[in-house]
Amino acid sequence: MPPAYIPLLLFFLLVLAFPVVTLIVLKYIRPGSGGGPPKFQPYEYGILPETSASRPYSTRFYIIAMLFMIFNVETVFLFPWAVLFRSWLAAHHAGFALIPMFVFLGILLVGYVWLYKKGAFDLAS
Amino acid sequence: MLHSILAFVQAWWVELLCALLIVLVVPLIAVYIALVERKFMADVQARPDPMRVGPHGLLQQIPDALKLLFKEDLIPANADQFIFWFAPVLSMTAALTSMGAVAFGPWFQVARDINIGLLFVVGVSALRPLGIILGGWASNNHYSIIGALRSTAQLISYETTAGFALVSGFLLAGTLNVRAIVEIQRTDQAWFVFLAPVGFFIYLIASIVETNREPFDLPETKSELVAGSIAEYGGFRWLLYFLAEYANRIVVASVGTTLFLGGWLRPFPNVRWLIWLDAAPTLLLAAVGAYCVFRAGKQPAREQSLFMWAVALACFVVAAIFALAAPFGHLPFELMHNGLYGAFWLLFKVSAYIYISMWLRFTLPRFRFDQFTRLGWHILIPLAVINVVGVSIALALSSEFGINRWVATFITTVAAIGAAMLLLHWNDKYSDAASAALLADSSVVEGTHAG
Amino acid sequence: MLDSVIFYFFAGMAIVSAVLMITRRNAIHSAIFLITTLLATAGIFLQLRAEFLFISQIILFVGGIMVLFIFVIILVRLDVPLPQVRWRTQKWIALLVALAVGMEAGVVLWFARKIPGQGLIFPNPAPADKLHPNTEELARSLFGSYLLPFEIASVLLLVAMVGAVVMAKKRTDA
Repeated sequence: MPPAYIPLLLFFLLVLAFPVVTLIVLKYIRPGSGGGPPKFQPYEYGILPETSASRPYSTRFYIIAMLFMIFNVETVFLFPWAVLFRSWLAAHHAGFALIPMFVFLGILLVGYVWLYKKGAFDLAS
Repeated sequence: MLHSILAFVQAWWVELLCALLIVLVVPLIAVYIALVERKFMADVQARPDPMRVGPHGLLQQIPDALKLLFKEDLIPANADQFIFWFAPVLSMTAALTSMGAVAFGPWFQVARDINIGLLFVVGVSALRPLGIILGGWASNNHYSIIGALRSTAQLISYETTAGFALVSGFLLAGTLNVRAIVEIQRTDQAWFVFLAPVGFFIYLIASIVETNREPFDLPETKSELVAGSIAEYGGFRWLLYFLAEYANRIVVASVGTTLFLGGWLRPFPNVRWLIWLDAAPTLLLAAVGAYCVFRAGKQPAREQSLFMWAVALACFVVAAIFALAAPFGHLPFELMHNGLYGAFWLLFKVSAYIYISMWLRFTLPRFRFDQFTRLGWHILIPLAVINVVGVSIALALSSEFGINRWVATFITTVAAIGAAMLLLHWNDKYSDAASAALLADSSVVEGTHAG
Repeated sequence: MLDSVIFYFFAGMAIVSAVLMITRRNAIHSAIFLITTLLATAGIFLQLRAEFLFISQIILFVGGIMVLFIFVIILVRLDVPLPQVRWRTQKWIALLVALAVGMEAGVVLWFARKIPGQGLIFPNPAPADKLHPNTEELARSLFGSYLLPFEIASVLLLVAMVGAVVMAKKRTDA
């Protein structure tokens, strides 16, 4: 592991330990509590819940998650390109810098326009 | 074994100190940002702010936090114990770990000079939606799950937008290393906000959405979904979510500041005759100290008066430290100068960023859920991609054809704004058509439409 | 020495998480252990000094695909433990297949042991300190030798976009 990441790893372990330790410590120093079963029912504005949480949810969420995934991959492809862009310009490869990525973005633009027309981004209906 | 550990600590003590400071100080800063927000909100809404606890209400958040620590820890029946326990911890861990790669000055960062710098921050922030959706699901509550789904949908829609906006910044920087990004802004003599203003604007909006602030906080509004996905979390667990949210605000503000606003550079770092701006931190702190002395006499209670004197003393001491670190050109003053002044300017800009987002919170009405999904997918994503294309063309024009980079930036910014107008126009036409179609579909109006 | 400690930490975490993932009854618990497995794999990428792969694993896999998995589990209500339909001989077939795969893996590892250099394909790898920065290196090969696969990747993403919406809409409209 590159040496610069070791403090980061230790930092991550420290950050992970902080809420865990606090939760465990607080469990023992908290004052006790009373009250019976009604206290533990799910909160629904004071109305007693009738069914367990199993109502059907809209499939729009699935579409949004899939599209997010795809555009996220596009973003990750853009990061290495952005990092080397200026060095390509400095080496006078401007066309090589721009054209491949524009082709990539163009193909995805076609997809995006189709999704727009199809109404895939609509969460209302 | 012990010898190698000692050698390691000696080589990396700045980073380890920074790590410790972040874990200890950031929760405190987060609660104080909440206090500033309460005071600002009261000012905007023309009502009194917390003034009783401590002088001027400055100690208000401490009893609030202590109260939360000792509140009863209620786990609802049929809730998933393991995930109920794990989700707030995940949120908090993701928020604080992403601060690891943020540089609070040329010498203060936990991950020194890592190759992927700012991308590490962005990447670990991608764990944010997981904490929310797991928390919502674990509560075994209809409204929590719906709130969690909506909140996550909102976050993921704008995460790509933020990524594209950051790409335009990375194009200008040519590197992901945090320290190098700020150095390039110094040598290029322009903050990237001036070279990619549309990118900064999109990132500002996306970061406000990412941290669930008004006007985009429908998934967690008090009147709609009772705090949505975190409805069943009380006491310390809620405090973890709260700290995670405010730490996220600091993180996105730091990323925006580092990439677009010049990080820890003072305004006009290369202009010699503006070097008197270096005295600004000292003067500012001395002015705050003087104000505290002035107000100390007017406090109603003696303890509050004493506390004000203590705050004034602290301000003067810190101002003296800053004055000592003035550029004498010798170590360790040089180190102090770079570190302290840099940290001051960075925190100043981060505070300005957070202040702007608070300002937007108190003045704009809330977006409806489908309105901001449309804003994200129909307008901001294409605009962000157009912005990336524009910035790359501007860079290519200025390097290949010798066009002045400001002219090229101006042309591409105008083109991007034109594209934004077109996108807004198309979106309006589209949403009118969609609403008309919805109204024509009688099953929706009568409420028999499924889903 | 520290390198191998860190490697064993991440590898152990990956194996334990993977075993826990396949033995849980609740789908969301499995998803959580898949998250920890992926994070451990990302750690191993980091150990190999592939920093950009480490962070793209976190952004894409954990931040994207796992969110999608959890969405689907919630939407399709797979989180409710369902009674499983089982063949009676399922256990024995599973045991047989697991033994076969395990033996195969063991044989391959045993023969790899005998190669001098412990199975390294490149006999003279560059020392870790002198590697080029990973992001730049990756970008150079992506836009250099692998330009065509890069463009084909965009077509693949287009296909995925269209496919997702067509499949989901068919269910909504039906």
